[in-house]
Parts: sequence; C-alpha cells; structure tokens
Amino acid sequence: MKKKNGIWRIPVLIVIFCVYFSPFYILTVISFKSATDLSSRWEFPAAPTLDNFRTAIEQGGILKALFHSFVIMVIAVLLIVVVGSLAAYPLARNKSKWNKVIKAFVMGIMMVPPLSILVSLYSIIVDMGGVNQYWGIIIILLTFELPQAIFLYSNFISSIPTALDEAAALDGCGPVRTFFLIIFPQLKSVTASVVILAGIHCWNDYQFSLYVLQSSEMSTVTLAISSFFSQTTSNLNAASAAALLAILPVVVCFLCLQKYFIKGMVDSAVK
Amino acid sequence: MKKRNRVMNLFYIPALILFSIFVIYPLCKGIALSFTNWNGYSQTYKMVGLSNYTRMLTDKNVIRAFINTLIYGGMSTLLQNVLGLALALFLNQKFKGRAVTRTLVYLPVMIAPLIMGYVMYFFFSFNNGALNDLLAVFGKEAVDWLSDGKTAVAILTIVNSLQFVGISMVIYLAGLQGIADMYYEAADIDGATPLKKFRYVMLPLLQPAVTSSVTINLIGGLKLFDIIMALTSGGPGYDSHSLSTLVHRTYFASENAGYASAIGIITFLLIAVFSNLIVQYLKKKEVEM
Repeated sequence: MKKKNGIWRIPVLIVIFCVYFSPFYILTVISFKSATDLSSRWEFPAAPTLDNFRTAIEQGGILKALFHSFVIMVIAVLLIVVVGSLAAYPLARNKSKWNKVIKAFVMGIMMVPPLSILVSLYSIIVDMGGVNQYWGIIIILLTFELPQAIFLYSNFISSIPTALDEAAALDGCGPVRTFFLIIFPQLKSVTASVVILAGIHCWNDYQFSLYVLQSSEMSTVTLAISSFFSQTTSNLNAASAAALLAILPVVVCFLCLQKYFIKGMVDSAVK
Repeated sequence: MKKRNRVMNLFYIPALILFSIFVIYPLCKGIALSFTNWNGYSQTYKMVGLSNYTRMLTDKNVIRAFINTLIYGGMSTLLQNVLGLALALFLNQKFKGRAVTRTLVYLPVMIAPLIMGYVMYFFFSFNNGALNDLLAVFGKEAVDWLSDGKTAVAILTIVNSLQFVGISMVIYLAGLQGIADMYYEAADIDGATPLKKFRYVMLPLLQPAVTSSVTINLIGGLKLFDIIMALTSGGPGYDSHSLSTLVHRTYFASENAGYASAIGIITFLLIAVFSNLIVQYLKKKEVEM
C-alpha cells in the first residue's frame, strides 16, 4: 500500500550529483588542459597534458609543501592525542568542584575565535622565535585543537566503568600506570575520531599557517596553493594541478576510511 | 584516594599551560594593545585610550564587515540546516545509490575551504567562467558575478553552505536513525498526516540534533575566513570582508595592529554573546520538549 514508485528521486539525484560533482570535474579538466587551450572549462581537453603537474612540482614546490603539511599534521595530532587524553582523564574521573571549573574553562576556550587574538598571538610567537619553525605552528594547532579532543575524551572516559581504575589501584597501580596501561588502551575508537578531526583541521589550516609560516621555504599545502594562485594568474592550469595534488590524499583517505570520518563527526557534535 | 586524585590532577597541567600561554595571555595582551596605536613592528607606541573603539563606530568598513559576518553566520546556518535536514530525510530512505550520494555530499567537508574557494573562482570568473559558459549555452549574456558586493556576499554564503552542508546532513541522519519506529506508529494510529508527523513527532525529537548542528554551523560561519580570502579577498573594495578578513587586512596591509586588536576583541565579544544566546535558547527548547 505504501509502495510508491521512486521516479521523482531521479531528478533530485541528478541535481545533487551535478552540484557536488562539478567542482571536482572542473578542477580535473583544468589540470589536464594546456595553458593555451582556451576552450570552455566544461570541455574535456582534446590533448590531455601532464605539463601542469610538472610545473606545479618544479615551480610551485607542491611536493615539499605536502611534506611540510604531513610532518606538521603527524606531530600535532600525536601531541593532541597524548595531551588531550591525559587532560581528560582527571576531568572525567575526579569530579571535584575545582575540576568542574577547569572543564568549563576548557569548553570556554573553544568559543574563542582565533582571529580575535591573532594579532597578539602572532607577536608572542615572534618573541618566542617560533616564526617559520615547525614547533611554532605545531604548538598553536595543538592548543586550538585541544579543547575538542579533551571534550571527546572526557565524554568517552566517563562511560568506562570506574571499577577498572579501582581494580588497578588495588593491584598497586599508580594513576600514571593506570592511565597508560588500563585506560588508554580502551580509547581506541574515540582516538580514531580525534585523529581524524584534528588531522583534517591541521591539514587544511590556512589562517594560523599564514601568520606563522611566512617564508616560502616553509610553505604548507594551503600556503603553497594560495601563493601559486596569486603569482601565476596567467597559469591557472598549473595552479589547479597543484590544488588537485593537494586534495588527492584527503579524498583517498576519506573514501577508504569513510565510516570513521562520519563517526568522528557525529561524536564531536552530539553529546 | 585523595592523594591519588591530587596526582591525577597533574595530568591536565600541560593543557592548562598551553591555554594560558597561547589563549589567555594573547587575549589579555590583545585587550591591552587595543588601547594603543601600535603599528605591528615598531618598539614604541602610545596609549590612545578608547579612540580605537570610538573609531570603529564610524568606520564604514567595520560596519560593513560586521553586517557581512552576521550574514555569513546567520544565512549559512539557516541554509545548512534546511538543506541538511532535507538531504537527511531524502537520504534516509532506502534506494539504490543513496550511499554514493551521501559520500558525495559529505566529501567537500574534507576539502580545505581555501582550495574550494579557488575552485569556485573557476565557476564565477567572468572570462571563461564555468557558469558563464552555461549561460551562453542558453543564449544568456555573461555575468560578472563577483563585481557586485551584495552578490559576492551571497555567493560566498552559498558556497560555504553547500561545502559544509554535509555536517548537518550527517548529524540529522544520526538523529533520524535514533527515533524509534513506535513514535511514528503511534502517530499513524492517531491518524496523523505526514506533515503533522513531521511537525509534531519528528522535529521535536530532532531538537538535540538541531542544537548541535546550529551551533557548529554558526561558529563556522561567523569565523569565515579562507573562502573569502580565496574567492574575493574581501572585494570589490571592502564589500565582502568578514570581521576575520578585516582584522587580517588591518594588521598586515594597513599596519594598524592596535586598531586590528580592537576589532578582534569586539568580534570575540560579539561571537561569544551571539552564539551563547542562540545555544541557550535551543537548549531551553530541548528541555521543554
């Protein structure tokens, strides 16, 4: 009785498909077109060329930028996991008045928009000598990704029975050993969420990197792409080849680990 | 046990140190700088009292950016939630191809907004722009999309919304899947029409999802920076600046760090007050349900 035919879905699907597929299509087409080919951006190149990729790698330094982004992301995410889960443990377990204040404070940090303190944050990093250094950008990304990690971890740890901690304490484990040997191994699934959310943010960061990494030698992917676009307005094809190379790792990762990406998103949004 | 707790509390010290040095200290320093005429690099600067703040009240660019920020925040949130819920309802049905469609809609969330901005440039540019090519197929004149401030703001809002609508979609999908069938069955027995079921059964039960989704979209929209930098750089003129991009411009291009700090502090207060009010309101609604 409730079976209706689904024909009406087809036009809706076509619209969704066109809107969401076209950016990737256009980017690909432009990347494979030679700079002198002025045909419509919808037309696939008659003679696809790899020259743009060569330019992007040789002149745009996109491979080096990918490397910088990768190093920054890996170290930052590692620190976020360690510092974040450590901080979340007492906040989830030891619910004294004081710790409630700390937790509210951490959640409040999440509300501070980076832009409102960028000017003074930048001058502090300059004073500390962190400009154009890996540690300068890593420490800032770490700080601003921490509140979300602490939030996710403390929610998750609250759901682990305290009997585990008590048993460990009876066996003579101090808090440090209890955390690393008993609690941390339980955190695999929430760690996957934290790694994915923080990883994507670090990889895609532009605002902080723009301030901290000013030397072109230290460019991350987003910085390399933006300087590529502003310098080579005459060669947009090479710039889009660079952009394609930059999003490829993310797209491949997402397609392979989709389940975890979506779980991470939902975990972070729903209390 | 008490001593154990005290040792445990040491675990959050590293995080607190980071927050103090890189959030609280800069926030205080930013407040202090906002009362000066510092240019961003010289060793000396003067206190200028409240003049940075009074200057803002009459600065057309700041007022423009302020209104734009509210549009980016408010309109993106509205669009993302309406579209996100519609997509979630559509993709919650069982049919072939829904998994692929979900993936496709969620994919742009992963892409750096900066890169998305540049890709959108290929669509909206006047010469050889993909949209103008489409218009040409229908025999329409080419449009210079980004030459008008209001259109530019609208385009930026739409691009931001479409890129991140996947977040709302996923949150609503999770919400829809959490609603037990018995509620719908009960409504069926009471003879509810599909519209009434949506309004009186589904929406109230989705309220927590609405709160999460609105909060995330609002904070994201009010902070909009990368897409603007990539697509319009705040132009034409100052017409599409958000407060974020304006702070950046005031600091680097106009070398006016004191003034930029003042704009930053005001932005912080605005975002804090605005998003807190909305979250409180939504939370209250959740309790009432």
